[in-house]
Amino acid sequence: MTEEYVIIAENLTKKFGNFTAVDHITFSVRKGEIFGFLGANGAGKTTAMRMLCGLSHPSDGKGIVAGYDILHESEKVKQNIGYMSQKFSLYEDLKVWENLRLYGGIYGMKDKEISIKMDAVLRSIDMQSEKNTMVRDLPLGWKQKLAFTVSIFHNPKIVFLDEPTGGVDPITRRRFWEQIYSAAASGITVFVTTHYMDEAEYCDRVSIMVDGKIKALDSPQELRKKYSASGMDEVFQKLAREATRKGD
Amino acid sequence: MRQFIIFVRKEFFHIFRDVRTMLILLGMPVAQMLLFGFAITTEVRNTKVAVFDPSQSMETREIKERFQASEYFSINEEIHDISRINDVFKYGDIGLVLVFSDNFESDMLHGGEASVQLITDGTEPNQASMITGYATNILSQYQREVSGIDGIPFSIIPEIKMLYNPQAESAYNFVPGVMGMILMLICAMMTSIAIVREKENGTMEILLVSPMKPIYIILAKVTPYFALSVVNLITILLLSVFVLGVPVSGSLTLLFGVSLIFIFLALSLGILISNLVSTQVAAMLASGMGLMMPVMLLSGLMFPIESMPQILQWISAIVPARWYIEAVRKIMIQGVEAQYVMREIFILLFMALLLITLSLKKFKTRLS
Amino acid sequence: MNAVSVNRLCKSYNGVKALDDVSFDVAKGELYGIIGPDGAGKTTLFRILTTLILPDKGTALVQSTDVVKDYSTIRSIIGYMPGKFSLYQDLTVEENLNFFATVFNTTVKENYHLIEDIYKHIEPFRTRRAGKLSGGMKQKLALSCALIHKPDVLFLDEPTTGVDPVSRKEFWEMLMKLKKQGITIIVSTPYMDEAKLCDRIALMQNGKFLRIDTPDNIVASYPYRLWAVRSSSMHILLDDLRSCQGITSSFSFGTCYHATMDETLTVEKLKRYLLDKGHHNIEINEISPTVEDCFMLLLKEDGV
Repeated sequence: MTEEYVIIAENLTKKFGNFTAVDHITFSVRKGEIFGFLGANGAGKTTAMRMLCGLSHPSDGKGIVAGYDILHESEKVKQNIGYMSQKFSLYEDLKVWENLRLYGGIYGMKDKEISIKMDAVLRSIDMQSEKNTMVRDLPLGWKQKLAFTVSIFHNPKIVFLDEPTGGVDPITRRRFWEQIYSAAASGITVFVTTHYMDEAEYCDRVSIMVDGKIKALDSPQELRKKYSASGMDEVFQKLAREATRKGD
Repeated sequence: MRQFIIFVRKEFFHIFRDVRTMLILLGMPVAQMLLFGFAITTEVRNTKVAVFDPSQSMETREIKERFQASEYFSINEEIHDISRINDVFKYGDIGLVLVFSDNFESDMLHGGEASVQLITDGTEPNQASMITGYATNILSQYQREVSGIDGIPFSIIPEIKMLYNPQAESAYNFVPGVMGMILMLICAMMTSIAIVREKENGTMEILLVSPMKPIYIILAKVTPYFALSVVNLITILLLSVFVLGVPVSGSLTLLFGVSLIFIFLALSLGILISNLVSTQVAAMLASGMGLMMPVMLLSGLMFPIESMPQILQWISAIVPARWYIEAVRKIMIQGVEAQYVMREIFILLFMALLLITLSLKKFKTRLS
Repeated sequence: MNAVSVNRLCKSYNGVKALDDVSFDVAKGELYGIIGPDGAGKTTLFRILTTLILPDKGTALVQSTDVVKDYSTIRSIIGYMPGKFSLYQDLTVEENLNFFATVFNTTVKENYHLIEDIYKHIEPFRTRRAGKLSGGMKQKLALSCALIHKPDVLFLDEPTTGVDPVSRKEFWEMLMKLKKQGITIIVSTPYMDEAKLCDRIALMQNGKFLRIDTPDNIVASYPYRLWAVRSSSMHILLDDLRSCQGITSSFSFGTCYHATMDETLTVEKLKRYLLDKGHHNIEINEISPTVEDCFMLLLKEDGV
């Protein structure tokens, strides 16, 4: 069985001066997988993610994302990924359709393609009636739903989600994960960071970063077994307590 | 009191740890002074001259030839319509217009007194006064030589007229102007930004929740900028005297007194702005557009107030920098006594009191 | 006497009700949790209680002092840690602490015993600028600064948002210690798992308190039997559960789904149904609900 990998990191390293933020991490992510990228604050998650998105040059090692080299083909990498974070994703002072059109345009989609796709995605998230609503007038949960839709609007091979569910109510949080599942089912690879350990259980595989290194990488079931823990929270506590460094 | 001192010390930490702020605060005054100082041309060479000569006499021709022969001037055109003088300045690069009186020759030979108008572009007063100086020289030399030969006593009266700047204010103007601008910028802009930054960072929330009185918070924030303004004032004066050679002719104490009033006024304005806006960008825009532009354009720094349209003159009356610049100009350049700047001092004092009352009234002990 | 007493508080912004008729009391020495998602109105409530904004209607007393009339008295007896990291990023750890001590009319020495447990974690970095600290350390420094004047009541607005699980756990351990020293603590959080650590909690949504009680009572009052369902193919299990007649709710909870069912369904029937759908290794166990289950039920009743 040959597996298609959409993210391959080999000894990926990032140094800031004499501080090694990301220390030779090696892992790969399969197509259509939901990959949980966990770690304590300051473990190097954000830095690693920035390198994979082509936003920051690695100091050492190699990374292939969506089939392109993150060092030499970062423009192609960006073209083939989607990104959503809790902080920035939508323009509050633009309408729903204007946001979609903007992002479609940024990723070079044709006008016609945009308008066809727009109707389809708005229908799928049940927001057709909100097409002309200003984003700032939407409830928080809807904004989040829309932000995710926007991030995969151009059909990226991979979508990077940086703490997408922070501060969201428990029902909306779960609905959001259902959205993630259906995106994964349609073949989009999901790379997600979170501080909710129950969400770690929803991932196909999880990596846990401690002090710039990947300390554990496996399916939640295997990790629980290996660390004889009842849940991912316990696994995380066991691993992250070993951390020696706190600053970043 | 200890609270206050610690707070001020903290404020200095902020300033000293931010290279950009430091550069603006201490580098800008120096840069501005030097820029203004050296950008002003004091060289006059081959100034283009236009002549209006209704009499076309031998005498006027002789004078024209002397102008042409001088290294400073070259006659560029003769105009035949007196009303074209404005156009000549506007469209040509003419620096001087000689206007001979209608009967220059007979006035000179028989009346013993002939007049010639020297019209220059007063928007560059320094250059204009150089030009008229050289031109007067040529005229008086001619007068000496001619009366020496013919033995007829007569005189040529040069009538100097500066278009656009009739008062012919000295180019040293820029020193008071830069002082007004720098003090306004540092006091108002930097204080408002510093206060608003605390709002943006969320630290204002904690400070307001502390037992420290809000008024002390503001005073403590303002103090370092007050101190820095005084440093800047001294720097500007030193540069002005020792580098640019513009002396302080009047009383130094009086100059400092007026400046302190102005700094106080600008600080009040800064506090007022900080009360009205909630982001650093807004503070920057408000003080930049709301204060800098009027100071640059309406205070007499760039354009003489006298030649502004009436409506702009009225508006300029509410620009505090205008009064400050005027007072400094009088004290520094003209060297007048205190009683001659009383009007400016009173206006500034009144404005300062008004602004501080307003900004303290507007000051919130809460977030909204 | 209560540490905090709030009566029918209302506050609107541009017609949106941030606080809608909220009343509650916090006893002295209590660790009181306000649990709710972003936008529930938690920060507005904290700002009113810390005298930073004025309510539209209603009254609030902190240590029997009115937050509107006697705001300056309150400001010297409370500690406040706003949601956003609010220290001077360009000052060092030590400078921040000294500064806030002075602002609150005290010295670090005087109350060092109070913050010792927390501060000793960051002491090795005391000459580092606050902006260069990691999230967990910033939070410890902010807590030290909020505590340095020995406040009677401590207000912590979402102190653990965006903080990793390990640091969160440490933080709550610190709060437990502070509680033992007799400080009343009011803390807000969007993390439901932190609720069980509080003496009492208020569940908040859309500017309203949906429920106030001890975590145990809240959990005990859950009206249905709750089942944890698991099978070998978790991804499709949720859809199958939802399509099953008699299942009234089903939500994912980490390794399993929490489901409730009505009287038409039994565990046996459900198991058979899932077997027919092709599931293996089906496990259905009755479990006791968590605060999160209760909150979700309240949200549903509230029409979210």
